[in-house]
Amino acid sequence: MADDAAASKLIQGRTGPWEIVLGLEIHAQVASKSKLFSGAAVGFGAGPNEQVSLVDAAMPGMLPVINRYCVEQAVRAGLGLKAQINLVSKFDRKNYFYPDLPQGYQISQFKEPIVGEGQVLVERDDGSSFTVGIERLHLEQDAGKSIHDIDPNATYVDLNRAGTALMEIVSRPDMRCSEEAAAYVKKVRSILRYIGACDGDMEKGNLRADVNVSVRRPGAELGTRCEIKNVNSYRYIQQAIEYEARRQIEILEDGGKIDQETRLFDPGKLETRSMRSKEDAHDYRYFPDPDLLPLELEAAWVEQIRLSLPELPDDKKARLQSQYGLSVYDAGVLVIEGARADFFEKAAKGRDAKLVSNWTTNALLGRLAEGGLDIENSPIPPEDIAGLVELIETDVISSKIAKQVFDLMWAGEGTPKAVVEKHGLVQVTDTGALESVIDALLAANPDKAAAVKEKPQALGWFVGQVMKETQGKANPAAVNDILRARLS
Amino acid sequence: MGELTSLTLKAAVEGLKSKRFSSLELTQAHVQAIEAARGLNAFVLETPDKALDMAKAADARIASGEAGPLEGAPLGVKDLFCTEGVRTTACSKILGDFKPTYESSVTANLWRDGAVMLGKLNLDEFAMGSSNETSAFGPVSNPWRAEGSNQTLTPGGSSGGSAAAVAADLCLGATGTDTGGSIRQPAAFTGTVGIKPTYGRCSRWGIVAFASSLDQAGPIAKTVEDAAILLKSMSGHDPKDSTSLPVDVPDFPSFVGMSVKGLRIGVPKEYSAPGMPAEIQALWDQGVEWLKEAGCEIVPVSLPHTKYALPTYYIVAPAEASSNLARYDGMRYGLRAEGKTLTEVYENTRAQGFGEEVQRRILIGAYVLSAGYYDAYYLKAQKVRRRIADDFAQAFETVDALLTPATPSSAFALGAKDTMDPVTMYLNDVFTVTANLAGLPAMALPAGLDSQGLPLGLQLIGRPLEEGTLFSVAGALEKAADFKAKPRVWWRG
Repeated sequence: MADDAAASKLIQGRTGPWEIVLGLEIHAQVASKSKLFSGAAVGFGAGPNEQVSLVDAAMPGMLPVINRYCVEQAVRAGLGLKAQINLVSKFDRKNYFYPDLPQGYQISQFKEPIVGEGQVLVERDDGSSFTVGIERLHLEQDAGKSIHDIDPNATYVDLNRAGTALMEIVSRPDMRCSEEAAAYVKKVRSILRYIGACDGDMEKGNLRADVNVSVRRPGAELGTRCEIKNVNSYRYIQQAIEYEARRQIEILEDGGKIDQETRLFDPGKLETRSMRSKEDAHDYRYFPDPDLLPLELEAAWVEQIRLSLPELPDDKKARLQSQYGLSVYDAGVLVIEGARADFFEKAAKGRDAKLVSNWTTNALLGRLAEGGLDIENSPIPPEDIAGLVELIETDVISSKIAKQVFDLMWAGEGTPKAVVEKHGLVQVTDTGALESVIDALLAANPDKAAAVKEKPQALGWFVGQVMKETQGKANPAAVNDILRARLS
Repeated sequence: MGELTSLTLKAAVEGLKSKRFSSLELTQAHVQAIEAARGLNAFVLETPDKALDMAKAADARIASGEAGPLEGAPLGVKDLFCTEGVRTTACSKILGDFKPTYESSVTANLWRDGAVMLGKLNLDEFAMGSSNETSAFGPVSNPWRAEGSNQTLTPGGSSGGSAAAVAADLCLGATGTDTGGSIRQPAAFTGTVGIKPTYGRCSRWGIVAFASSLDQAGPIAKTVEDAAILLKSMSGHDPKDSTSLPVDVPDFPSFVGMSVKGLRIGVPKEYSAPGMPAEIQALWDQGVEWLKEAGCEIVPVSLPHTKYALPTYYIVAPAEASSNLARYDGMRYGLRAEGKTLTEVYENTRAQGFGEEVQRRILIGAYVLSAGYYDAYYLKAQKVRRRIADDFAQAFETVDALLTPATPSSAFALGAKDTMDPVTMYLNDVFTVTANLAGLPAMALPAGLDSQGLPLGLQLIGRPLEEGTLFSVAGALEKAADFKAKPRVWWRG
């Protein structure tokens, strides 16, 4: 099984199969009202340079003071990644010149990060799962934004983002195909959103990834890697990896060598291009930031945080499976977003949980996705999904009619009960009424009735006819029962 | 009015409280003295209007009985402290006419206690120098001259303007900063008292950074007691500086005059530098005698890693400086030189904005932090720094304070650096850098004159946070030395 799975991820080149090796650095902006080392506000949509303190602008004599809230979020994230929390960590300066980096250095954690090794269980689309090792999570400042397209002869700098807290989550090179990489990001994003440490908004750049790609012959030593910077959607991550892996394979198959370099993904052209080579790499002259003392955490504080964590996706998934008898797949779909699981649990109270899960994951999530909506903004509340399922459970409507009812609910026609009444969709379970329809059909089609005795599957034809006669409102189970009684 | 400027800070504050004179009178006397002493080049910015306004406000508070501990006392501020709405340059061209919108925590503390600001004092550019000659505003002249000589001497550095202004009675006291001796060496060269407190005692917030792990603010004053009064106001925990110590400020002035009987004073043998003038050794011996007479027990001690202090300092300080000064890039404030590319703008701005010594230290700093050299230089220096601190910790198990010379010589001539290589200049800091590396409080006070009639200073080094002990011992030395000499006034224009 495992070998088959590994083999299916290999890429066939001209000269044989290749294995892709992927490691990711996820940059997740801490969901904090203020910056990592200054009291300036953080927020999307403020005017240029409106959220800049004296510290962020690196005025002379200004000093950083660590934001306790950001530290707490990093610890929460670390616990969510089942990682070791380092009670002592240090901040270093990464020195380089750029106009959107006012201090001339970024404060980061180079040698002693706040979070050490951990692991993330990641689900594939087929329901199987794999583990990605976490090497570390550290806190660092974001830079400002350089804007090159306002004036052809000038660059404008917006420092609103300068100094914002980022968590950099570094994975082990444990992924072997682009789908796995996307699934890993999806899972980390899910954990961070559960914990509230990051809002995970990829469109706003609040969660983005640097992707390290290398290729090798199956079982061979690791190849030389290239780092693709700042990719900010699942689709781009996959496209960038697909392109980059092909590019590297072509070079190697032509007898070339991969240069270790930093590359950029161009979503318009669906290709990566070189940003800078290893030779051009900066010498960042890391050293401990003398303005900051080592960050020391109390074990009791970390423990208190651990106890305050919400139920995380893996635990929730296991519970949904055991408590509600859901399939691995359905439970997985529901727990990706905490809000989905919450929705489900509200709707499932006292109802057939599997039915609720089906209606939620298939019908509702599908519609929401088409409309570009989150479950938080669902026009159908959980009570109405519960109501719909109740109507099915009590045989008021059939599953088939339920689809019609759901469509009308989505169209805003009201609660399932109101829809059913308004449109006269109540299922016919009156045996007498059904018997007369069936008897008429049997009388009109004696040859087909005889055929059923030879071939029981032919019963379906009669069921279909009954449904047609009753405009789908007949209770299929009752129809089956009556037919079987008449024809046996 | 001349006699008002010759008052000590303590006497002036008492005179103001008892209304023998007003702050306006006292401040005017100093404003006039400053104008008359422009030849010293101690002030790079005079703020007479602000001073007189502050003096009037102080007089009003004195009249209404709300006087603070420094009410109405005119002081000078080293131009490394950011002062709200008042040009702050670090005596570098790169800051141009930079006017901060904020006030440093230390100066804010002084104004809170009623002090009056006379203006901004000259210093070596970014506090990098030992002679005040690296200032973009030109060197300060030491008010002291050798007997029978018209040669202009250095006041030392980097707080040269502060020391010269206090020595020439242009202010009652001044702020300084000390990264490797920048308060203590100028104090010693000008016959004034200077203390660098324990690292973390004074907030660094709003002080233009040179080397963050070594920089400390402190006062330069006319007497030990004045220094204690000023340090008390300047100190205090500041949540805006993560390295500021969350401790209470002792009543430093109450330590001056306390008996030192039974205190154990260490004399480190490593501070007897080869080639040190006999006069310095004699002064040191004299200091030992005075303390013995005051009832101290003298204990020979050893600080074996002392000889590595200077090279360690000249790795750590430039390393931090190279990063701290990266923000002066011409993008947001200060000087900006044009260029065809971004890199050219950076290069031109920094080449024109920084002086030679600052450039030298940035280059040294970038070098010792660069890949492949970090372990050999920076990391090694950090290890040695630890050893130096351990030496002191061990010595302080048996002694209460250490007595050493403050400098290896008296003030030297301005321009001497032209014939000196940088390393010779760096040797000026040989007795002072150790306290910065170990974060310890250290103080220089005048103890006598050399054969040319120039002041010589002694240094006291104390346990962390035990500035009080230093003030007691310094008080005893001050009393014994009875140093009353003043420079001959030659600078009045």
